[in-house]
Amino acid sequence: MTDPSPDSPLRPEHGSLLTQNARTKRRNAAEKRFKYYGMAAVGVGLLALVVLLVSILGNGLSAFRQTHITVEIALPADTLDPGGNRDIDDIKKVFTFGYAPLIQAALVAKVDALNARPDGMSDREIGALISKQAAATVRDHVLANPDAIGTTHRFRLLANGRIDGYFKGRVTMDTAERDGNVTPAQLRVADALKDDGALTTGLNPRFITAPDASDQRPEAAGLGVAILGSLYVMVIVLVLALPIGVAASIYLEEFAPKNRWTDLIEVNISNLAAVPSIVFGILGLAIFINFAGLPQSAPIVGGLVLTLMTLPTIIIATRASLKSVPPSIRSAALGVGASKMQSVFHHVLPLAAPGILTGTIIGLAQALGETAPLLLIGMVAFVREYPDAPPEGFFDPATALPVQIYNWTQRADPAFVERASGAIIVLLVFLVAMNTVAVLLRRRFERRW
Amino acid sequence: MPLIWLFAILLALAAAGYTLGRRRAVAVSGGDIRRLHSLPNYHGLNVALAVLVPALLVLFVWLIAQPMIVDARVAATLPPATPTSERALVMSDVRRLAEGLELAVQSDIMTEDEVQRLNAAEDGIRARLAPLGVALGSNVDPAVLVSAKRYRALSIAGNTARNIVVILLALGGLGLAWGATGLGFRARNSVERAVLALLIAAASIAILTTAGIVLSLLFESINFFSQYSIADFFFGTKWSPNFRGNSQLGILPLLWGTLYISLIALIVAVPVGLFSAIYLSEYAGPRMRAVAKPLIEVLAGIPTIVYGLFALITVGPLLRDYFAQPLGLGNSGSSVMTAGLVMGIMLIPFVSSLSDDIINAVPQAMRDGSYGLGATKSETIRQVIVPAALPGIVGAILLAASRAIGETMIVVLGAGAAAQLDLNPFEAMTTVTVKIVSQLTGDTDFASPETLVAFALGLTLFVITLGLNVIALFIVRRYREQYE
Repeated sequence: MTDPSPDSPLRPEHGSLLTQNARTKRRNAAEKRFKYYGMAAVGVGLLALVVLLVSILGNGLSAFRQTHITVEIALPADTLDPGGNRDIDDIKKVFTFGYAPLIQAALVAKVDALNARPDGMSDREIGALISKQAAATVRDHVLANPDAIGTTHRFRLLANGRIDGYFKGRVTMDTAERDGNVTPAQLRVADALKDDGALTTGLNPRFITAPDASDQRPEAAGLGVAILGSLYVMVIVLVLALPIGVAASIYLEEFAPKNRWTDLIEVNISNLAAVPSIVFGILGLAIFINFAGLPQSAPIVGGLVLTLMTLPTIIIATRASLKSVPPSIRSAALGVGASKMQSVFHHVLPLAAPGILTGTIIGLAQALGETAPLLLIGMVAFVREYPDAPPEGFFDPATALPVQIYNWTQRADPAFVERASGAIIVLLVFLVAMNTVAVLLRRRFERRW
Repeated sequence: MPLIWLFAILLALAAAGYTLGRRRAVAVSGGDIRRLHSLPNYHGLNVALAVLVPALLVLFVWLIAQPMIVDARVAATLPPATPTSERALVMSDVRRLAEGLELAVQSDIMTEDEVQRLNAAEDGIRARLAPLGVALGSNVDPAVLVSAKRYRALSIAGNTARNIVVILLALGGLGLAWGATGLGFRARNSVERAVLALLIAAASIAILTTAGIVLSLLFESINFFSQYSIADFFFGTKWSPNFRGNSQLGILPLLWGTLYISLIALIVAVPVGLFSAIYLSEYAGPRMRAVAKPLIEVLAGIPTIVYGLFALITVGPLLRDYFAQPLGLGNSGSSVMTAGLVMGIMLIPFVSSLSDDIINAVPQAMRDGSYGLGATKSETIRQVIVPAALPGIVGAILLAASRAIGETMIVVLGAGAAAQLDLNPFEAMTTVTVKIVSQLTGDTDFASPETLVAFALGLTLFVITLGLNVIALFIVRRYREQYE
């Protein structure tokens, strides 16, 4: 028997296996389409990530560079130290108003020496090229070195935010026409200063260390207080959430009998993990501030609220890693006469430690980026003072990184958008660092049983 | 004696107790610790715990109870003519003044005698306390001064009694436990009982937190509903808080905004998340999976404030310039669409990793059966895997919806602040969470309905998200049992 002949009734109706009929073609096309939908979905997810990061980096990287103007400022003794005896208390009586004219005069002299003053430009307009923050900088220098009075000293001062924006491309001649705060003529003077080398754009470490600044001087605003505040909050979260979370997990995983109470605890933990973060903020406001009387805006309250928020994460991670320790370890410990408690604390817990640590770091990273609850407990306040060293510092007003970002987005000056994006880069760097440590820990210590 | 000293003394006593207990155990055993029931360390720890636990418990209760008792006793001496509504205010004046006087004595601005002789007629109290940061509202009323002195005297007496009682308890515990230390004493069992109690207490914090949330929300919401009618709140269609009174605080526009934004977010997140989960678990090779899965999950680790800023500076202006304005649909950068899109991106990894777990839980035998019948991969997915995984996927979508409803920072920065009932997705609208933030930040007065409404909003939000979670977990759990 050979193959059925072409006109045999045995031949399948839809033709050869080697050529596809319409139905198979349709099915294969549907298959291909479906696969492309999947690829497109993955592509959309990755594209969103890329666009998000590019947008933040593009807006924020320039926050780490800042335009400065270098000028020689004469510090005349008769205005800065009227008493003439270099008494620090007397010098302190001259406020920043006393210094502003000196800076203006110095810059005017510099511009005139360059022959760069456009017709009709007043001394005031030239002085406005330098940040309002500069007077405080000069005053601080004089207070630190009273001997400088009577000499001429070279200062590297912050340029005004608009001038800084000009050299970063945020401000152009066209926008300056319509801007009440800067004129094209001022920008031309700035260009002349740049050609001379007095005006430079360079790295800006003060963005990381300096405190926040008011609405009129975005160029001086920094993240110092916010980073310190976030650090304090994280310390409190770590100190509270790690022991409580580990203790709770040990109880639930190793000791808890199966009864109503432990069921209730389990249900509570899984529900708390899904409660919106802002509800924890309301809890903090009502319980910790209004009821317990803790101060507003303080890292201690932020730490407590975020501890409650982070606990479910830590408990879930800890329980998973306790569960992964094989029962034979426990049996062996019990077999040589250890009590149940000794078997857990001497044998199971050390073996579960890497997993617990990883979970804790991931929980901390979550807490570090959390904003909404901190808004409600008042950490959004404008804080210029660094908090004291702990433990008193835990009760001082402070702000935190994500809240500082929110705060800057609410300001009018567009220069703060750059600052906010820059602050996000700092925040993301911290998060990436923490997650990398968590991943490395897991790789290094993970044990397959 | 400040509290911190009391703690230091307690800790020192505990340390001493540990050494004494341990030493006694070793001494009793005559150098051969095998004769002891428990290791010497446990005997030491037992004594230390006997020092700390009763003393700290009493201290804790005392710290809570004393201010209440002192308050009640001083309040009883206020002139009976004071109306009840003013009593709270007068008492807070009394407390502030009493604290101020105490601070003044401690920082040597006044002596004890001066405080006793102080009388309200001399108008110096305010000025003398001002440098200490004690801000007194007006000049001191003689009755308040008398009450404040009494308050202070009672507090000082209470503190002294507290210190004595706590230290005596600690010493007593030390003595008793030390005395009990002996060959047959089961120190380990008693220490382990204490540790177990500690573990149970830690586990119960989850319940305390929930109770705290529910109580604080309920308490202030009841407060709010005593000033504002429940029906107007739940069925009012207008939201216009006015801090001079006469506010209209209807939740409907806020709920509408919340649901509209969440809907758009889900329309973005569910197909993208679901399809990427299907692709990554059924089609992608191990290499592709190893790269793409963690990258998509990075999206879940990005804080919401970052998404908020992304909505504010990138997505908002983009949508306004290329869609809303050319189509004549509005010219607002912050809109339902902006917030919904960005929130959708945030939820992609959430949906995809949950669906991934669920799809992987569908038994391989079901796939093999379908392939054996000649179905293509996509037919298997559509007609076998997805229906089998459907309850789990629905659960995942509900969890995502609960996330979307409770999300705050994206809508604060992306959605706008105007409360309105509108269908246009390019219009700015607002949500429950945005209004909680705006009513509770800045200067707040916890007696006015405009502030208290935030708690009622919080309660609504809590109930909605909790309900969604409970339903979702229920569905997911029931589904899981099917295949195990």
